[in-house]
Amino acid sequence: MDIEQWLYSLPLRLRSFFYPNQVDQEMKEELREHLEQQIRENIAKGMSPEEARRSAMRAMGGIAQIEQQCRDARGGSVLRDFLQDLRYGFRQLRRSPGFSALAILCLTLGIGANAAVFSWLEGILFRPYPLVAHQEQLFAVAGTVPGKRIDLLSWPDFHDLRRNCTLCEDSFVSTIAGSTLNIGDHAEVTTGSIVSANYFDALGVHPILGRGFEAGEDVGNDAHPVVVISYQMWRNRFRSDREIIGKTQRLNNVPHTIIGVVPEGFHGTFVGRAIQFWVPVSMQETFGSGGYKLEDRGARWIESYVRLKPGVSRAQAQQQISAIAARLQTSYPATNRGRSIGLWALWQTPFNHAGELLPSFEVMVAVVAFVLLIACANVGNLLLVRSFVRRHEMSVRLAIGASRGRLLKQLLTEGLILSALGTAGGFLMAYWCRQLVTMLLSVGSGKAMYLPGAIDGRVMAMSAGICLVVTLIIGLVPALQTRHLDVAGPLKAESGGVVGVRSRGWIRSGLVIFQVCLSFILLVGAALLLESLHRIRTTSPGFSTTSVAVTGVSLVVSGYDVPRAKTFQNELIDRLSGLPGIESAAFAAVTPLGYAGYPSSPIAVDGYQPSPNEQPEVEYNQVGPRYLATLGIPLLSGREFARSDDEIAPLVAIVNRTMMIRYWRGQDPVGRRLQVKGRWARVVGVVADSKYESIGETPKPFFYVPLRQDFVMEPDLNIRTTQSLQSTLAAVLREVHALDQNLALYETITLQEQVNRAASPQLVAVTLVSTLGGLALLLAAVGLYGVMSYSVAQSTRELGLRMALGADAANLLRLVISRGLRLTAGGILFGAVAALALTRLLGQLLYNVSPHDPVVFGLALAVMTTTAIFACLLPAWRASRTDPARVLRA
Amino acid sequence: MGHQPASETNVQRVLGVSDGSLYPAFHKLEHRGWIRAHWKPSENNRRAKFYSLTGLGRKQLEKETANWNRLSAAISEIVQLKEA
Repeated sequence: MDIEQWLYSLPLRLRSFFYPNQVDQEMKEELREHLEQQIRENIAKGMSPEEARRSAMRAMGGIAQIEQQCRDARGGSVLRDFLQDLRYGFRQLRRSPGFSALAILCLTLGIGANAAVFSWLEGILFRPYPLVAHQEQLFAVAGTVPGKRIDLLSWPDFHDLRRNCTLCEDSFVSTIAGSTLNIGDHAEVTTGSIVSANYFDALGVHPILGRGFEAGEDVGNDAHPVVVISYQMWRNRFRSDREIIGKTQRLNNVPHTIIGVVPEGFHGTFVGRAIQFWVPVSMQETFGSGGYKLEDRGARWIESYVRLKPGVSRAQAQQQISAIAARLQTSYPATNRGRSIGLWALWQTPFNHAGELLPSFEVMVAVVAFVLLIACANVGNLLLVRSFVRRHEMSVRLAIGASRGRLLKQLLTEGLILSALGTAGGFLMAYWCRQLVTMLLSVGSGKAMYLPGAIDGRVMAMSAGICLVVTLIIGLVPALQTRHLDVAGPLKAESGGVVGVRSRGWIRSGLVIFQVCLSFILLVGAALLLESLHRIRTTSPGFSTTSVAVTGVSLVVSGYDVPRAKTFQNELIDRLSGLPGIESAAFAAVTPLGYAGYPSSPIAVDGYQPSPNEQPEVEYNQVGPRYLATLGIPLLSGREFARSDDEIAPLVAIVNRTMMIRYWRGQDPVGRRLQVKGRWARVVGVVADSKYESIGETPKPFFYVPLRQDFVMEPDLNIRTTQSLQSTLAAVLREVHALDQNLALYETITLQEQVNRAASPQLVAVTLVSTLGGLALLLAAVGLYGVMSYSVAQSTRELGLRMALGADAANLLRLVISRGLRLTAGGILFGAVAALALTRLLGQLLYNVSPHDPVVFGLALAVMTTTAIFACLLPAWRASRTDPARVLRA
Repeated sequence: MGHQPASETNVQRVLGVSDGSLYPAFHKLEHRGWIRAHWKPSENNRRAKFYSLTGLGRKQLEKETANWNRLSAAISEIVQLKEA
C-alpha cells in the first residue's frame, strides 16, 4: 500500500478503531437502506409487501455474515479483534475458575521450573560475575599435564603468558584464599582473593571509595599490605564508614591498609563464593601455605583469566597460548616439561564450583523440558475437555459469521492468556528460587556458598519464547477439535458413548500416554540418582568414616612460630592419646575429600624410565605418626611413620598400592629409594589405595611423607574415638585450652560428614530431580484422572446399560481401572524404552549404578502403577455408583 | 459511479452473487482509497450512502481495464486460433 492510499485509509482505520459502534451502526443503516429500497422496488413491480420483503431478503443473503465480512473488510480490525478476544478470553476464564486455576498452576510450575533453571545457568555458569562487562570475552586459564588433566600456573609462567599473549586484551590473577579477620578481640574466617594489580581494571569494576591496586603492588614479598574490601563488609563490619580509606584491618594477623571499597553487587570472580576482600599477589605468603612462591616457576597456585580482544575466538587464542607454553617447555625443562596451558569458557572454569555443578545442570535442562511438556499436555487435555463443552458456543459463532480463522485466533488468544499468566507466575517462582542452589549446596557442603540465579534480559527472552511455544501448543490442541465443527453440529443430540471409544478420544489418550511416558523417564532418573547418592554415602572410601573426627587448631592467627607449633602439636597428641575413648590422634596437612588440594611433587624412582614427554608427578600428604592407624588405612607392608621420623632423621615415605604397581612393577618397594622434590627418601611402607579427592575417582598413585620432614603450620587433627562427636570435641577443647587459653578450634566434623559433603553436587541433583520428578508424577496423575473422569462422565449411558444387564459395581470398577492401566502401561512401555536410551546421559552423576539397573526400573514401574491406580480410583468409584434407572430414562 | 442501490445486474446473475456481498467489496475498495463514500439524502429523504470513484481509483481502474483488455484479447485470440 503506498502513501496516497494511506491518506485515504488511515482516517477510516482510526475512525473504526476509536468509534467502532458508530461505524458499525452506519454499516447496518446502509444495509437496511439497501433492503428497504429493494422492497420498495419490488412493491412497485406489483408484489405484495410480504412477498416483496421475502424476495429482497433472499436476494440480499445472510445479513449477519455480510455484516461480519464488512467488519473484516475494514482495516484496523486486527488490534480490535485481539482486544475483543482478550476481553472475551478473560471472561471465559472467570466463568470457570477451577479450570483456569488448574491450567495456570500447571503452566506456572512448568514455565517456572524452566525459568528457574535458566536463571541459575545464567547466574552461575554464563554470566557469573555481576557488574563485569563482556563476560563472553573472559576465559579461565590453567595448566594442563598429560595424565592429570588440570594444574594451576606459577606466577612466572603467568607473567610470561601475559607478556606474550597479543590476542589477549588483558590477563589477570584471582586465586581464592581463606583468611582470618580480626575484629576487636575475636577472629572470624572469611574468604578473599589474591589478585594481580590490574584485576579491577581488567574487569572494568571501579571502587566506589578509594582506589584499586596500582601497578607494582603485586611485586615483592609481603611488600604491599593493602586491601580492597567488599561492599557487604564495608556496610556490615564498618557501618558504611565514609572515612574508611586509610584505616587498617588485621588479616591473618597482618595489619593491612584499606585502600578501596567495591560497588554493591560485585562479588569477585570465584563461582560459588561471595569474595569479601582482595589483596595483591605480593601478599601471597601471608595468605597461602608453603612459603614465598612468586619467583618459583615450580610452585603452581595461580588461578587466572584472560580477556580476549574483540573478535578473537577461543581457538585462535588457544593456538597462541599453546605456542607460548611450548616455548616455556623448551626454556624451562626442569619445571615445565610436558606442561601446556589451556583456555576454558567461564562455565567450564576448572578451578571453581562451576565445573562440579555442570553435570547437574545439564541433566536439569532436560528434566525441566520434560516437566514443561507434561504441563502442556495437561493443559491441552483440559482445554480439549472444555472445547467439547464449548462446541455449542463455537457452532453459534460460526453460524453468525465468524470465520474459522477468527475462531482459531480466539483460541490462540485464550491460550496466550493462560501461558502469559503462567509465565508471570513462573517468573515469580524463579525469583523465589534464585537462592535455592546456594541453600542446597551450603547445607550439603557445610560452607557458605554463593550461587545466585540471575533473572536478566536473556532469561526473560527465553521464557517469553517458551510462553509463545506453549501458546501455540495449547491453543492448537482444541483447534484440532473445531476443525470437525459444522453449523448444524450443536443441534445433534448427545450420543451415548462407550468408555474409551469416543471419537477423537485418541488425542486425549495420546496426551496421557505421552505424560506417563515422560514421568516414567523422570522417575527412573530420580531413582538412579537417589541410588547413586546412597552408594556414595555408604561405599567405603578406603578409610574409616564414622569413628574419626577432624578438627583444626588456630595456631597461625594466635601468632605461633614453627618451633612453638611443633612443640604444641607433640604435647597435644600426647595428652589426647591418654584420654579414655580416644584410640589415637594424628595431624595431617590435608583431609581427604575436602576442597583443599594435595601438594604434588615431581618424582624419580630407581629403575623406572619415564617416556620422553612424561614428567612423573604424584600427589602426596604430610602426615604425623599413627595417621594411617587413626584413619584405618590398611598397611600392606613395612611400617607406619613414628615420632622418630623427624627433621634430623633420614627422609622416608610411604606409598600406596597403585604407586607400587606403576613405579616398581608390583614389587615391594620397602627399602628402595623415591625422589621427592629433588631429594631422595627411603620407602618404609606400602598402604592400600583409598579415595583422596572424590568418591568417584579411580585409584591413583599417592604417597605420604612425615609431617616433620615437610612441615605445615596448621594441619588438620584427626582423632579416632569411641565417643560421640560432642564429647570428643569437649575433650579436645579442654586439652587445647590446658596448653594455651588463647587457641580456638575450627569446625569439628566426622569423616562421614566429609564424605557426605563431597557428595553435595549429587545432593543438589538428587533434590532437584526428585522434586521435579514428583511434580511430573503429580501432573501425569492429574492428567490421567481428568481423562478417566471425563470418559466416565461421557459414558454414563453405557455404564447404566451394563449395570442393567447384570454388571455389578465391582465389574464397573475393574472396567474403568483396567482402561486407565492400559493407558499407563502404554506410557510406561514407551517411557522404559526412552529411559534405557536416555539414562546414560546422567553419566558422571551416577556412581556404581548401572544406567539400566533393573531394581531402579522396577521401582519406577511400581510407583507409576500405584499412582495410576490411585488416579483412576475416584472416576472408577463414580462409575460403579451409576444408577441404571436414572441414566437410561434420561 | 453514483451507486444505484443495485437491482439484479447481469454480473450478479451470471456469477451467482447475492446483493449483500457488494457491501464487503465496497468497504474493501473504500479502504484501499479507490472509492469514496458520502452520506446524502436519498429519494425518499432518508440518509443513504453514495460511493464515487477517487482519482486513485480511476487510475487503478484504467490500469486494471487495460490489463483485462490485454488478457481477454489474448485469450480470445487463443480461442479463435483453436477454432481456425
